[in-house]
Amino acid sequence: MKVFALLATALTGAILLYGTADFPAWGDPESPASTHVSAYFIETVVRDTHMPNLVAAVLGDYRAYDTMFELVVIYCAGMAVLAVLRGARS
Amino acid sequence: MRRFREQVQNTEGGTDLIIRTSVRLMVPFIQLFGLYVIVHGHYSPGGGFQGGVLLGSAFILLALAYGVEYSKKYMSEFANFLTVNIGVFIFVGFGILCALVGGFFLDYGAMANVFPMPLPEWRYWGVFVVEVGVGMGVMGIMVSLYWDLASAGSRKEGL
Repeated sequence: MKVFALLATALTGAILLYGTADFPAWGDPESPASTHVSAYFIETVVRDTHMPNLVAAVLGDYRAYDTMFELVVIYCAGMAVLAVLRGARS
Repeated sequence: MRRFREQVQNTEGGTDLIIRTSVRLMVPFIQLFGLYVIVHGHYSPGGGFQGGVLLGSAFILLALAYGVEYSKKYMSEFANFLTVNIGVFIFVGFGILCALVGGFFLDYGAMANVFPMPLPEWRYWGVFVVEVGVGMGVMGIMVSLYWDLASAGSRKEGL
């Protein structure tokens, strides 16, 4: 069983690594993220949210949905550990 | 200073006097710094996750130096459970509240319909509310994870 788990992990890792080959180069000024998204945030964040910290504005406001599920993931991890270890005691 | 020394010497649990003393000195400053990181997340690097981990690490340090039982005097299991759930509830509930008062889910600007404030100000304070929720949730989960993993689920005595 552990062999299958290892194979599945290695396969998933290989697919993900293969996928990164199509990414734009790191810090490429011509990439879509740098030409549209970054420029929009830099121009409008302070005007629209009064927040000097762009990272906090993007995480807490523009991408709040993502942040919410990050918190839910941590919550699920804690509840899972609690459920597994509490069950093992009896 | 004498009172501090007596406090350290009279608490049971833990083994080493140096560790117990330094932990007792460090914990208030770690907690203060955690609160600062949460509240100041708009201006400087930081935010709910980082501040929550700092606040949780203060309790973990206490549990490491004095034992799991002793750290539960300062945050009971019920308080921990309450903190975690209220933290997640603040985030999700504030998002739903924004939807109820006439905006989209997590659209903080819509809160201006309830309490008139300029729209950028509401987005500013909305992020603050959400960060407080994240901080509470992360702090509680970190402590809960440590309690469970260090004592194999019994939460009685551990590392």
